[in-house]
Parts: sequence; C-alpha cells; structure tokens
Amino acid sequence: MSTITIDAWAAVARTQARPSAADTFRQTLAMAWRATKKMRRNPEQFFDVTLQPILFTVMFAYIFGGAISGDVKSYLPLMIPGILAQTVLTCSMATGTQLREDMDKGVFDRFRSLPMARISPLAGPMVADLLRYTIAATITFLMGIAIGYRPGGGVLGVLGAILLAVVTGWSLAWVFTCLGTVARSAQSVQGISMLIMFPLTFLSNAFVPVDTLPGWLAAFVRVNPVSHLVSADRDLANHAELTAQVGWTLVACAAVIAIFAPLSVRLYKRHL
Amino acid sequence: MTLAVHARGLVKVFGDVRAVNGVDLDIGEGEIFGVLGPNGAGKTTMLKMLATLLAIDEGEAAVFGVDVRREPHRVRQLIGVTGQYASVDENLTAAENLWLFGRLQGLGRRQARATAAELLEQFGLTDAANKRISQFSGGMRRRLDLAASLITRPPLIFLDEPTTGLDPRTRGQMWDTIRGLVASGCTVLLTTQYLDEADQLADRIVVIDHGRKVAQGTPDELKNSVGDLTLHLRLAAGADLSLAGDVVRRQLGGEPVLTPESGQLNVPLASADHVADVLIGLRQAGVALASVSVDKPTLDEVFLALTGHDAGETERPDPRPQAIPAQAPEKVTR
Ligand SMILES: Nc1ncnc2c1ncn2[C@@H]1O[C@H](COP(=O)(O)OP(=O)(O)O)[C@@H](O)[C@H]1O
Ligand SMILES: [Mg+2]
Repeated sequence: MSTITIDAWAAVARTQARPSAADTFRQTLAMAWRATKKMRRNPEQFFDVTLQPILFTVMFAYIFGGAISGDVKSYLPLMIPGILAQTVLTCSMATGTQLREDMDKGVFDRFRSLPMARISPLAGPMVADLLRYTIAATITFLMGIAIGYRPGGGVLGVLGAILLAVVTGWSLAWVFTCLGTVARSAQSVQGISMLIMFPLTFLSNAFVPVDTLPGWLAAFVRVNPVSHLVSADRDLANHAELTAQVGWTLVACAAVIAIFAPLSVRLYKRHL
Repeated sequence: MTLAVHARGLVKVFGDVRAVNGVDLDIGEGEIFGVLGPNGAGKTTMLKMLATLLAIDEGEAAVFGVDVRREPHRVRQLIGVTGQYASVDENLTAAENLWLFGRLQGLGRRQARATAAELLEQFGLTDAANKRISQFSGGMRRRLDLAASLITRPPLIFLDEPTTGLDPRTRGQMWDTIRGLVASGCTVLLTTQYLDEADQLADRIVVIDHGRKVAQGTPDELKNSVGDLTLHLRLAAGADLSLAGDVVRRQLGGEPVLTPESGQLNVPLASADHVADVLIGLRQAGVALASVSVDKPTLDEVFLALTGHDAGETERPDPRPQAIPAQAPEKVTR
C-alpha cells in the first residue's frame, strides 16, 4: 500500500462541487443497509411494531366493541383500519427518536466529514423503516382476522390498505425526522412526538363514528389527515373501493414531504 | 505555491468562550504539522473548523487552495478525519464499517470489500475483521478509526490526539503508522498534549493556549527555548533560594524558575554537561541541596517558558507580546 503515492493536485482536480443524483441514491441505500443491520442486531426495536398492534387490537375490540357497535365483530371493520393508522404513526414517531439517538453517536461526526449528500443520513434509515411499517400493518390485519375480522375488500383491498398506510407512515416520518434534527435529546423528541401523535390519532375517526361527536370536534376530525387515511383504508379493506379519500390522503402526504424533507435537510446542515 | 492548509484569523466563539481566537496556519504539502496545547486550548475546535465539522465564525481557511467555507463538499473529498473519540459504528463489525464508509465515498461493492480487507491487513486487524466494535480495545478502535479515514487515500489527514490514552507500545505503533502515511505523500495535521509526541513526529509545531498561537517553530527551536533538559533542584531547609538563582544565572546565563514555597529551582539546560557546572557553583556559594534530578522538559515547562503560566492555570496573565498576534481579547459581538 505504501508503494502508492498520493498526488494531492490530481485529487483536487477530481473533486466534484456537489453530489450527483446517483451518488445520493447510492449513499441513501448504504445508509439504509446500515439501518437494517442495526435493526437485526437490536431486535428490541421491533417491539413497538409487533406488540402494539397485537395488544391494541385485542384491547380496543373488547373494550369499545360492545359500546360503539353493539358487539365486537361488527366493530372490527370500523376499528381495524383505525388501529392500522395508529400503528404506522407510532412507528413513524420512532424514526425521529432513533435519528436523534444516532446523531449523538461518534459515527455521525464521520458521516458529516464525508463528502455525502446531506439527505442520505436522514433518508437512509427511513427507507429501512419501510420494513417496520409493513410488518406492523401486516400484523394488525392478521390479529384482526384472528379475532373474527373478515375484510370485505378481499386480498387486493387489504394489500391496498396496507400500502396506503405504509406510504402515509413514511411521509409523516419526515415530521419526526425534522424534530429529531432540532431537539436537544432523544427524550425530548419522544415527548414532543407524543403531543403531536395523540391528538392526531384520537381526534380522528379512527375509533368512533364522527356523527357521535360535538360539532366543533367533528369539524377538526373531518380535516385531520389521519381521518382521511382511516376512511380511505376502510373503503379499501372493507369494500375494495378506491375513493376520493385515497386522493386526499396522498395529497396530504405529498404536502408533508414537500415541507418537511427540505426543512429537515436544512436543519441537519445547520448542525455543522 | 499553494499550501495544504492556509488559514488566517480563525475564530470560533461558544457563548462567552473564544475557543479559537485568531489563529493563522500555513501547512506545506507532505508535512507532519503538530498542534500542541493543554486540554481546553482549542485544538479540537480548530481542527473541526478546518475539517468542515464546525462553522468558521471569523477568518478564512483553504485546503489545497479550496475554500473551506464556500466549498465544504470539495474539501471533504480531500481530507480524512480521525477524531479524538472513536467515530466508527458500534453496531457494525470492523469490516462492515470500512465497507460502509467505502460505499458512501463512491467505491463499488467489490472495490469497497477489497479496500476494507487491505486496510484491515495494513492495520493488523484482519483477525478482528468480523468482530463487533463493542468488543474492541482502545488501541484497536483507534487503528480502525484511522483506517476508516484512509479509504479514499485523501491527501490531507487530520488526527485529533491520536495516542491519548494508549499504552506505550500501541503508541509507538501509531507513530510508525503516521510516519508511513507521510512517506506515501500525505500531509498530516495532528494535535497532541505531549511534547515528546510532537517532537517525535512533527516537522513543525504550533503551540496554542486559550485559543491563541503562543509559539511556532520546529521541535528543536521550541525545545531550545526551554532547554533540552531540565534540572530540578530542591534546596535544604534554610538555604538561600535567591542566592541559588543568582549562581545559576551566572553559571549558565539562563533564567531559572523559582518556587519559594517548596524551596525548588527548575533550570533549563542545553546539555547534560552543564549539570556539573551548576552543582559546583552552588557548592562554592555554600548552598546546601536536598535533592537533584534531571528530566526532559514537560509540556508544563514549555508552557511556563512560553506563556509565563502553567498549562493547567485558568486565569490568563499577559502573554509575551512578540509571540502572539496583537489582538485584545475583546467581548463577543455578533
Ligand atoms: N460545543 C461546545 N460548546 C461550548 N463550548 C465548547 C464546545 N466545544 C469546545 N468548547 C470549549 O472551547 C474550548 C476549547 O475546547 P477544545 O477545542 O475541545 O480544546 P482541546 O481540544 O484543545 O482540548 C474549551 O474551553 C471548551 O470548553
Ligand atoms: Mg480536544
């Protein structure tokens, strides 16, 4: 190795002003690879995506089923898409907490010193997280089916519902990633994320029919993007219908990404 | 000629602390350049600014003629950074770490694997290639960290205290590795708290303290300002310290450092032969001694000689004007 000598000026001439799209893509995939290695070696990271859907499905079905729909079985078509939305949202929340934890480690100093596209350390883990959303969404449906849910939309409808939930979870993860780049500690990311997550999931039509709510609350619930996801997923899973709700959900996702992805990169750069 | 590093008036402010306070640097291609200073002097901060890891508050810097502030992405393609604390991924093995950093810097999959194997071999880590970093010793981590900085063979390497906390044997290995780097054409900027390390490795040294440059020169020039050796004398109870000081001044023409509280006298020496002259002079003057020892100068003594205060001292007496760019430590304005 010592036989190779270094020509500094040739190296200067080879430098590029900014990373190309191909560089960015490759770096993002490399960072995603790193994230999957980390998941494999810390399986406790899968606790939230596996235990929460199991626990919440059973708990909500038996607690609210009788009160809201008369019996458990007729509550399931209403509830399962709600649990689905709640689960992917919880998963996307973890993205921000884990990013913050990761950024405090020494290895991030090296990432910052490498000629990398500034979005790849953020986007890489999010690509890997697609796996978590998919696992969580699938377990939610399996659990529902185990306690008697029979989705009227068939296999295609259910797959569509899962896909939409995964896309939404991934989009919303940019909000929490953004939070991860500004907050002081992983705990504070967790705390703030909870404050965002609870109103979003519970002030939606995820668990109760909207017409049972007082007017002012119903107004918020109708514009809440989570409600759109839940309605869209109900139409897909129960009737295999691609309604306008799907469109609204996707519009909301696109808006979230358009705002929070560039903002996150900008805030991440500010750390330098 | 364009320099490997050219910096003028670097300043970094953290709240009330001017961690780096107007430092100029010129590092030639192929040099090992040492930045010597005690804990908290601003070494890491300065290095991070040059390595694009911290924003430069004031001043300017260029790496091989590329402006650090305006073109950080280009600069990052020319440097390797090994920080004071390990910057490798704890969740990955040694080989995986190097593979990842190779991929991130544009190597193909096969090439990344080959480079990783080559570097592990070069750094004696082949046996540990598939171990998790959490099982590594301090020395192994440092070596892996350095290996990770060399993947693309960058022409400038930053090493922040590369041997702090290592045992003497590992330290010697690290020194050999650093010399090998320069032999292959790299320029190295290293920070250290140890005078002997700077002495062993560096072609030129700057000494910094409280964010300012207090001296600059070759290791020999620096040591000559302190003496190659230091004679430590402790006088017997009741002996006259100021008389002893006069004797030393007369015999050597140098300035001894007196510590009246403990009756101690430290004398910088250009050569060990002068010990006898001093001792004979003291005998003739009738000054009784309790103990005598001769040591290499420590960083503390270099500091004392250069700045007039201890390396560990926090308050800052007026530094010697000729050694320092004339700048008052003014209040922060931003
Ligand atoms: N991120 C930071 N925030 C606030 N103060 C800092 C920060 N980093 C360094 N400092 C302060 O700047 C000074 C120089 O620190 P540093 O560059 O780490 O010194 P060295 O590397 O020479 O030990 C110290 O007083 C330190 O407390
Ligand atoms: Mg330091």
